[in-house]
Amino acid sequence: MRTLKYREAISEGLVQAMEQDPSIFVTGISVNYSSHVFGTTKEVSERFPDRVITTPAMENALTGICIGAAAMGKRPVIVHDRADFSFLAMDNLINLAAKWKYMYGGNAGSVPIVTRMIIGRGWGQGATHSQAIHSLFGHFPGLAVAMPATPYAAKGVTMAALAADHPTVILEHRSLFEIEGQVPEEPMTEFVPRRLLWLGRDLTIVATSHMVIEALAAQRALSEMNVSVEIINPVWIRPLDGDAILESVRKTGRLLVADVSHELCGFASEVSALVAEKAFSSLKGPIRRLTLPDCPAPVAQSLEEAFYPKASTIVGLVLEMLGRDVPEGLATIDRVDSFKGPY
Amino acid sequence: MTPLELHRELLRLRRSEELLASLYRQQEMRTPTHFGIGEEAISVGVCAALNLPHDAVFTHHRSHLAYLACGGSFEALCAELYGRETGCSRGRGGSVHLTSREHGFIASSAILGEMIAVATGAAWAFKMNHEDRVAVCFFGEGAADEGILYESMNFASLNKLPVLFVCANNKYATESPLSARMAADADLIDRAETFGIDAFEVNGNDVGEVYETTQRALQHVREGQPCFLECATYRWLEHVGPNYDFEMNRTYRSRDELEEWQALRDPIVLSAENLTVSEFDSLDVMDAEIQAELKAAADRAYAAPKPDRSTMFVNVW
Ligand SMILES: Cc1ncc(C[n+]2csc(CCOP(=O)(O)OP(=O)(O)O)c2C)c(N)n1
Ligand SMILES: [Mg+2]
Repeated sequence: MRTLKYREAISEGLVQAMEQDPSIFVTGISVNYSSHVFGTTKEVSERFPDRVITTPAMENALTGICIGAAAMGKRPVIVHDRADFSFLAMDNLINLAAKWKYMYGGNAGSVPIVTRMIIGRGWGQGATHSQAIHSLFGHFPGLAVAMPATPYAAKGVTMAALAADHPTVILEHRSLFEIEGQVPEEPMTEFVPRRLLWLGRDLTIVATSHMVIEALAAQRALSEMNVSVEIINPVWIRPLDGDAILESVRKTGRLLVADVSHELCGFASEVSALVAEKAFSSLKGPIRRLTLPDCPAPVAQSLEEAFYPKASTIVGLVLEMLGRDVPEGLATIDRVDSFKGPY
Repeated sequence: MTPLELHRELLRLRRSEELLASLYRQQEMRTPTHFGIGEEAISVGVCAALNLPHDAVFTHHRSHLAYLACGGSFEALCAELYGRETGCSRGRGGSVHLTSREHGFIASSAILGEMIAVATGAAWAFKMNHEDRVAVCFFGEGAADEGILYESMNFASLNKLPVLFVCANNKYATESPLSARMAADADLIDRAETFGIDAFEVNGNDVGEVYETTQRALQHVREGQPCFLECATYRWLEHVGPNYDFEMNRTYRSRDELEEWQALRDPIVLSAENLTVSEFDSLDVMDAEIQAELKAAADRAYAAPKPDRSTMFVNVW
């Protein structure tokens, strides 16, 4: 396998899917802009210029329009530059796309639209350009929700979604586009996620999206302290592969869930409930959730720094859960975000 | 306002944005920022005609000009961009989330079209309360892509609300030219009129014309006839950030097009034509005064305290 960046993996997934299936088209406000959604739509817009179509800013109607096209046999991919803009598309996504097949008894066909959206972070993206809304989408039957954290998964979910018979929401994270990892050259239509990202013994970390990167950095620091953590990454928020999580917790007896959004009614709570319900007797101590502070994302750097949990936050929590002392100066393990604005 | 007063406002807004853009390059203002250089005459002309702080002003992501034209503090704006506790939104909101209620500037926001409905709601409240106040919403022609504009215009017309819709048509929404978003024969003025709204086409770079047209429109608005201004203008800098597009090698629009607007339709140059000779001669002193004030305010903003972590949850409820 060769190494690709996350953004290259998405691009390759789109290219291969569009080569195989002429009914796929890609649309949204900026798919043809010079930045090509972090480069992910550049190659498809060169290879299939008629099938990569920039639209006016019209999230609500565009989603309905794509549902209509999908009902007639097309496979639309809608891209939102920020997940926050998809709130304008909620009615069509939740009231219609998610329920289409069921609500018409399977007799009106299916509407397998794919909606890609990007979670912003850092440089003061602020309250309305940084929200991770997977828990919200994950709530509704009929909608698959993916949150790839590796290049492998990014290509995988892109291709699997474009081969599925149901609508899918894919939440990509802006901080992940330059991450590198191994990705197969061949099409990944039959994608099976690698749930277990790191094998360990003492404690299970379930991490989503960008928190996977932080968890891996934490793992390196912890291994130097003779703590062995296991890292599980649920690529699909729905359908959730609960068995992978349960299996791991039954082995380690401890669970930390690190998510990229809020705690109340959130994905971290969902995973905790699952484990409390099904693996209670394996637990050696309370489950912990590491989520965003319970406030909108602030802009000021002094607050933004404190707002996002980091590798050092994970290390501190893990040590605490294991009843060990937390040393000073953990923050030196944290990556410095090299992103320079403005957007 | 006299031509000289209008001119001073234009110059103040231009120098404010120029200073912020130059400071922005130092990478200490960590907030996505949409500068308004080239479009000052719209905010200045409209706000000069308002009864502030009595009336209520709302705007979109390109937010600084309307805020400043209402009288919002430059120091508090600068502090907001630096993420300081003294920012107009206490460093929580950033460039796109400004407020200065004491000046009649209620709020700006970054979700396209969002504030159009909010301004309409403010006007509805004024009508319910029998208050002689109007609401104004600034937005770009890109917001005309979204359905919310049409729902709001319909509602405003149906209920005879005192609201003025001010559309800055700078012909681009990020990298999309108008031609990619609207049929060639479609027209914003027609669209507004279809809803029973009085619509005016204005040279948005001519501050006198914007001012006078707004005064005329406001006579109708105050009687409960919603109005719409389409102001032709041009954004000089990149969509977001302090640079020119050509400096960033973007090709969605040409450098020639920019330079033509700068050479022929700079709002400040156009406004200077309305001044007397002695007024014109006073401009250098005025400019130096403005710049000195702004510089001092920016220094104070920079030196102000950063929000403390312990205040993270203040104002969630
Ligand atoms: C709902 C929503 N969709 C997309 C965006 C991204 N976006 C930010 S500004 C902009 C274009 C705005 O153009 P216009 O309204 O003409 O204002 P201008 O930037 O030209 O001043 C877009 C599409 C957004 N902020 N909100
Ligand atoms: Mg515009």
